[in-house]
Amino acid sequence: MSTLSVPAPAGPRFHPLRDSVTMLRRNLRRMLRYPSMTVMLVGMPVVFLLLFVYVLGGTLGAGLGGAVRSAADGRAAYANYVSPAIILMTIAATVQGTAISIAMDMTEGIIARFRTMHIARVSVLTGHVLGSVLQAMFALAIVIGVAVLVGFRPTAGFVGWLATAGFLVAVTFALVWLSVALGLASKTVETASNAPMPLILLPFLGSGFVPTESMPAGLRWFAEYQPFTPIIETLRGLLLGERIGNEAWIALGWCAALALGGYLWSKRLYNRER
Amino acid sequence: MTTTQPRPAIAVTGLRKSFGDHVVLDGLDLTVAGGTVFSLLGANGAGKTTAVKILSTLLRPDAGDVRVAGHDVVREPDAVRAAIGVTGQFSAVDKLLTGAENLRLMADLHHLGRAAGRRRAAELLELFELTEAAGKPAGAYSGGMLRRLDLAMTLVGSPQVIFLDEPTTGLDPRSRRDMWQMVRELVAGGVTIFLTTQYLDEADELADRIAVLDRGRVVAEGTAEQLKRRIPGGHIRLRFADPQSLDAALGVLGEAVRENDAFALRVPSDGSLHSLKTLIGRLDERAVPVDELSVHTPDLDDVFLALTGERTDEKVTA
Repeated sequence: MSTLSVPAPAGPRFHPLRDSVTMLRRNLRRMLRYPSMTVMLVGMPVVFLLLFVYVLGGTLGAGLGGAVRSAADGRAAYANYVSPAIILMTIAATVQGTAISIAMDMTEGIIARFRTMHIARVSVLTGHVLGSVLQAMFALAIVIGVAVLVGFRPTAGFVGWLATAGFLVAVTFALVWLSVALGLASKTVETASNAPMPLILLPFLGSGFVPTESMPAGLRWFAEYQPFTPIIETLRGLLLGERIGNEAWIALGWCAALALGGYLWSKRLYNRER
Repeated sequence: MTTTQPRPAIAVTGLRKSFGDHVVLDGLDLTVAGGTVFSLLGANGAGKTTAVKILSTLLRPDAGDVRVAGHDVVREPDAVRAAIGVTGQFSAVDKLLTGAENLRLMADLHHLGRAAGRRRAAELLELFELTEAAGKPAGAYSGGMLRRLDLAMTLVGSPQVIFLDEPTTGLDPRSRRDMWQMVRELVAGGVTIFLTTQYLDEADELADRIAVLDRGRVVAEGTAEQLKRRIPGGHIRLRFADPQSLDAALGVLGEAVRENDAFALRVPSDGSLHSLKTLIGRLDERAVPVDELSVHTPDLDDVFLALTGERTDEKVTA
């Protein structure tokens, strides 16, 4: 059988991979030119980490149970408990940046130019996604470093860290796609900077900062079923060597669903007429 | 139509587009021959930008047949995109990147390869007198430099058909002339230019053919000369200091027309020395004081006003 019976595609071939890499380079350059955004994205979780460990940690640590004889013991225990939540918050902060830069981009004429060019359309978005994932990895390296400095003592070995890195990439990828859609759906840059705010708050309404058992019934129900709780529990398991169980599969399921939903929603929003 | 090429660069028949109840394009027909400059002339809100957006595949038409470089914009948008370049009203450059980086971005997206891309970027920077500013972020460029960079980016892919949507709006006179020169050079190289403008002198200066767009329809089409011939000849304009002088002059000059918002009269005239002498003689006889006299030959402004029903005030509100 010959493939000649298939009508030839109009115009030259597409190069989605090559175009995505070109767009990634563009976004990395933009991040370097506008470093205050990255600084803000790293700074926010670091400030929260310091607040929670040094201001609240002594008391909150005592409430975790276990052998806590002094405020210092409580602080040490709480640093271990809260760090996975802060790690997740770092990702949430980075994707807030994604929504902002997507919305900023859409207000600029260059996107109209990209739309009239013969390039793989999705590359405009994948360039942002890849750029944000790299930005998040950079931010995570700094935040985890600070966490270790203030008393976070992960027990994970090489394989544990490798699994953690892969898991963090998956979570970031999912939340970035969701955030790309939020950025595209926003009419202004201000709206875009507020839209991902719930992502910052969700770790609080889950097992991120205190065990869900200490919450009132309704909130506890929400906290146990929202996506961030299995994600945080999986992180704790990977980094602190605790038993993970089903949580990892639930977390990965959420990631797949969020990534796919975010991708489809983004594609639809990007292709609509404006 | 007067097309001499076997295949026109742009062919539009019965193009319609509405946004909700608002009809923007109401049965547009256009043919643009390859290697020429075609100008779509109209006030703001006449539908110029919508037409460009449809021709450049940014918007889908509601009805009609639209072909650019031989390809249907709805069925083969990718083939159209491969053949066109667009420089819009609002600068389509990345302001965080430098001029050189913007051009290399375009070269990468056209898959020119590293060395060829750099060469092309350097060539265009030189051509558009941006070599000195090449390393500065585009955000620091002046309006004229931004437009030049914008057009240079459009040229990276060597498009056959270029859409220029109000390319000189907001530019200073020198930058406008530079832009005009650039357009002439492009056409000399065989490119087809589709130019929208609200400046009649721009269309007069550049366009081989002009279409006047009003309320989503072409109300006149032809060369600048053909359009000018369609309206009555020139006139002499007289301005007076007070209504008394104006009334006195009206009594002397039967065929004069009053201008609405000034103490001024328009007297039809062919602009010859003889007719001017006669007119001055008649005013002198009655000793009518005239503040100012000016001779007007018909220009595209007159055509535009005559054809679009003098609704120029909508330029401000639309």
